Amino acid sequence: MNLNNTLAALPLAFRKLNPRQMVHSPVMFTVLIGSLVCTAVSIQQLAIGSDSAVFSIIVTVWLWLTVLFGNLSEAIAEGRGKAQADSLRAARTSVMARRRTRALVPAGGSGAAQAGDGYAEELVPGTDLKVGDGVICEAGDLIPSDGDVIEGLASVDESAITGESAPVIRESGGDRSSVTGGTMVLSDRIVIRITAASGKTFLDRMISLVEGATRQKTPNEIALNVLLASLTIVFVVAVMTLAPMANFANALPTPVVLVALLVCLIPTTIGALVPAIGIAGMDRLIQRNVLATSGRAVETAGDITTLLLDKTGTITYGNRRAVAFVPADGVDQQLLIETARLSSLADETPEGRSIVDLAEKDAAPQDATATLTPDVEVIEFSAVTRMSGLNLPVGHPANPTPSVLEVRKGAATAVEHYAKERGGFLPQELEEAVLKISGTGGTPLLVATYSGGRAQVLGVIHLADVVKPGMKERFAELRAMGIKTIMITGDNKITAAAIAAEAGVDDFVAEATPEDKLAVIKAEQEAGRLVAMTGDGTNDAPALAAADVGVAMNSGTSAAKEAANMVDLDSDPTKLIDIVGIGKQLLITRGSLTTFSVANDVAKYFAIVPALFAATFPGLGLLNIMGLSSPESAILSAVIFNALVIVALVPLALRGVKYRAVSAAKALSRNLLIFGLGGVIAPFIGIKLIDLMVSLIPTIGH
Amino acid sequence: MDLNIFSLATQLAILIVVLAALQQPLGKYLAATFTSHKHLAVERGLYKLSGVDPQADQHWKVYLRSLLAFSIVSIVVLFLAQLLQGILPFNQGLGAVDPWVAMNTAVSFVTNTNWQTYVPESTLGFGIQMMLLAVQNFLSAAVGLAVVVALIRGLVRAQTSNLGNFWVDLSRGTIRVLLPLAVIGAVVLMVTGVIQNWGGTSIHTLVTGAAQTVPGGPVASQEAIKLLGTNGGGYFNANSAHPFENPTAFSSLFEVFLILLIPFSLPAMYGRMVGDKRQGYTVLTVMVAFWLGSTALMAWATAAFSGSGTSVGEGFEQRLGVAPSALFATATTLTSTGAVNVAHDSLPPLAGGLAMLNMMLGEIAPGGVGSGLYGMLILAVVAVFIGGLMVGRTPEFLGKKIGAPQMKLVALYILITPTLALLGTAITVAMPALAAAAPAQGPHGFSEILYAFTSAANNNGSAFGGITSSGPGLATLLALAMLLGRFLPIALVLALAGSLAKQRKIPATTGTLATHGPLFAVLLGGISLILTALTYFPALALGPAAEGLLK
Repeated sequence: MNLNNTLAALPLAFRKLNPRQMVHSPVMFTVLIGSLVCTAVSIQQLAIGSDSAVFSIIVTVWLWLTVLFGNLSEAIAEGRGKAQADSLRAARTSVMARRRTRALVPAGGSGAAQAGDGYAEELVPGTDLKVGDGVICEAGDLIPSDGDVIEGLASVDESAITGESAPVIRESGGDRSSVTGGTMVLSDRIVIRITAASGKTFLDRMISLVEGATRQKTPNEIALNVLLASLTIVFVVAVMTLAPMANFANALPTPVVLVALLVCLIPTTIGALVPAIGIAGMDRLIQRNVLATSGRAVETAGDITTLLLDKTGTITYGNRRAVAFVPADGVDQQLLIETARLSSLADETPEGRSIVDLAEKDAAPQDATATLTPDVEVIEFSAVTRMSGLNLPVGHPANPTPSVLEVRKGAATAVEHYAKERGGFLPQELEEAVLKISGTGGTPLLVATYSGGRAQVLGVIHLADVVKPGMKERFAELRAMGIKTIMITGDNKITAAAIAAEAGVDDFVAEATPEDKLAVIKAEQEAGRLVAMTGDGTNDAPALAAADVGVAMNSGTSAAKEAANMVDLDSDPTKLIDIVGIGKQLLITRGSLTTFSVANDVAKYFAIVPALFAATFPGLGLLNIMGLSSPESAILSAVIFNALVIVALVPLALRGVKYRAVSAAKALSRNLLIFGLGGVIAPFIGIKLIDLMVSLIPTIGH
Repeated sequence: MDLNIFSLATQLAILIVVLAALQQPLGKYLAATFTSHKHLAVERGLYKLSGVDPQADQHWKVYLRSLLAFSIVSIVVLFLAQLLQGILPFNQGLGAVDPWVAMNTAVSFVTNTNWQTYVPESTLGFGIQMMLLAVQNFLSAAVGLAVVVALIRGLVRAQTSNLGNFWVDLSRGTIRVLLPLAVIGAVVLMVTGVIQNWGGTSIHTLVTGAAQTVPGGPVASQEAIKLLGTNGGGYFNANSAHPFENPTAFSSLFEVFLILLIPFSLPAMYGRMVGDKRQGYTVLTVMVAFWLGSTALMAWATAAFSGSGTSVGEGFEQRLGVAPSALFATATTLTSTGAVNVAHDSLPPLAGGLAMLNMMLGEIAPGGVGSGLYGMLILAVVAVFIGGLMVGRTPEFLGKKIGAPQMKLVALYILITPTLALLGTAITVAMPALAAAAPAQGPHGFSEILYAFTSAANNNGSAFGGITSSGPGLATLLALAMLLGRFLPIALVLALAGSLAKQRKIPATTGTLATHGPLFAVLLGGISLILTALTYFPALALGPAAEGLLK
């Protein structure tokens, strides 16, 4: 909050005085009504030249300021999103899209440009695109709408959305196929199938989110508003009934004084700041490049009791590297190295490349020569077989056998199964090596060959998996907050257990399939827990949808993004932990300011009640423990304090109460001390200080 | 006034020791009573006779309907019986009761208020007293027990809307809890000298030669349940200040004990029923803290009074003195009893204000039988809500989420009593004809009216006795305050219990706000004080504070 954005928010704050908008906040609406009443009374007093006109006018002005400050806090919070929305809008310029028509175009057809692949294409405005349309984008084109790449590969500049200037690769198939409208293709040519209609794209959703246009009250916010409304009604009753009671004692205060009492007692501080707190919470997420589809999701994030974390990329760096080759007894080390290299030649994963690298370093130079020739059959890795490798045809330089040589490497159980099916076995010493490597947190990959007859397991490749620094501490924090972490990994049980122990997670699921994720979520939810997870692949989509908080990586597929209720633009899975923190901070800020607001009432009673009645019952002057100089200045000071405290707390509402990862008991004692006890004491000091100044005004201080 | 600190401390110490010793065993017995699956022979007979299926598990709405139907029938029966007293047996020659008084009395006894706008000994014979009023003393207390048991079931149960069976809870509360305790209490009271006879009016000749008519009656039997059930309706107009109801210093202390016994044992029952005794201890701690604090303040307010206000001190029983009066006045207003051994109207102004503040707190420390604990648990929900937000979690109370539907019910609950008390007072003072019922001048007259409505809305029943509430206007307003002050909160509590029972249970983690321990006790105490008592600050300023604070 600074002078500039405050001034910029002023016009909006005035526009928000519209009663139709104010009525959504029962507390501030009550203040608005009170201000109107006081304005009428002040005018009437001025007309008849009453002595108390000056006092009434000053009180009325401050009541209006109270309403305005409340609106201002909301306007400032919204204003922070505006700038971001404007820059996003710039990306949403209307583009012409090259739509591919479905029909095959006869040779020599006219009108439409002839495309190389037998399809025709036409130029249409981006806004006319429908879901399912195919669109062609080449280097320099703006992608017209959200979609999935169905053909080709391209580097895409997504800085308009993510703020990250380094281009990313988008390609058909796999988990990096989704593209976002408004981003730009930098190289190559891709064909995109449109997945979002105009006006409903990611960018559109993002703009309306940062502007707060689609902001709906969250469940906790509704519950809080109910409590605040009830407190407001209690105090309206208390003040309305005070009029006849005071009249009975011949001490009837003016309506202005009664309204002042009412406004001071109702929880205006929290009532004014509730919208700003909610908007600021969303804003904090957006600043961390996370996009939530609703405020409800942010709030739920704070309630999460179970975190499902993928091991790879989240807990460990994910690029496990080969560090050693362990041959079986009687197998030449060089043979193992060469076979391992062969098995990974077509493997473009970091692990595969690391095996090739290590093999080329360790092997005798003349051995590492075999290359991938077109006649080699590549066996891709699949989640079912959990193996990859090559089938070398007869006559291939690396195939000394008279038949096709199958070279495989993969997860220990998978390769063992493969070997046994083909008459082979897993030698005792390798079984031990596998256990040993897994026991230290490494990943063992078995290497096997088969060329008819019996399959042979040659040895083990040791892949080391490195846990990211600081993860153990973060998980300890999460545990202190009562959040259980479950690591999900495709590794075998022993490997998983070792990494789980190293990283300090509470539980793990080894050899997990996407279905396992869903099963874990269902089981946790059945036990009454709330689960959060991250995912990027299409096969994660059911689990993302089932999780209470599902965070999709922006690099992931459209299906994953569609199923999730948050999208992380940086595609950083560890951010889930931050998201939980933001959710908690949102609730803590609301709770703390409510406590502060309610605790303030004690001092206000001691300021206003003696001021109301001390003239009639001098003994009540004893309640004036702050020694305020006159009844008028006491009431005025309370009203001014009440208004200024809103302004004073706006920065806190926007920033959020500092959140620490500690247990509930510690968090409560700390916040209770600061906002409860502080809330009782602060207004005594504040009102007294204001009184010292206000009493200098003629006719107020006597 | 002279307050014997030593006497007060001794009596307080005795109470603390005895209540501390009994609260767990009695709490255990109460929990066993309301969770048992067995029916006594006499209960089975009752169910058969009334056509109740004791196995039926009632939806909260059915539970509430049963409770309301039962209470409405009770009110009608009580009202008609008073009108027909002249032709009913055992009327001791007393005729029909004034309809306004009868209406007010019927509502008053069924709502566990026992506001008495009549002079019992000259209005009601022991037919009505024993067979109707005493019966309501049992039943209205049992209704309170049933409601709190239903609320606890709502917290304990998961994924159901059923809260148990009202008729079973009512019968068990009466037959297994209140009846045996009342018998023991009555015997002890008789030993201390409380009368129990069928004697009518006896005429004594005093030393001065004047003849005095003294009515007798079955007092001890009614006295025990009057206190045990936190009812408070005296057999005599002077209530527990009457020597036949409260003859000695010991009987006075014993009566305070009876008032506090069940309310202080209910937290132990609650702790056992939710399977975590710490929950009960925390609630008990808050209750005891308020009780001790209030007793100390009451003693101070009485002892420190040195003024010579007209009629102040007049209503103290010389036999008992100041200390037992301070003890009694605190206990009776912190619970929903309203029995008195000192005329509250003659308490020093600040002490009278304290009696009002005790009631304004919502009678939660320890409160009426059942109603005290459910009142406290409602405030615990508010504390959980605010505290839960402060630790960054959607608030949960014993594994049940406190969301908007729950807060709506709770918010309405905390609205009702202050609204009734303040609105009733405001209407009365705004109408000179009604305000004339409180004859005292200045702030004290206002206090009498404020006290009356605070007492009625909180179902207490004690009064600043200077006020005359038998006229149609006040009798109706007060009856309305009692009726709404009793049944609206009950309806909301049962609805809350239903909405809690429907949820599944969320397991607690270290991230969950603990609802036990000193920290939560502080939060609960603070919320109770700020949310309930402070609402009345301006009204109290115009009454007791204006009268009692002198420069």
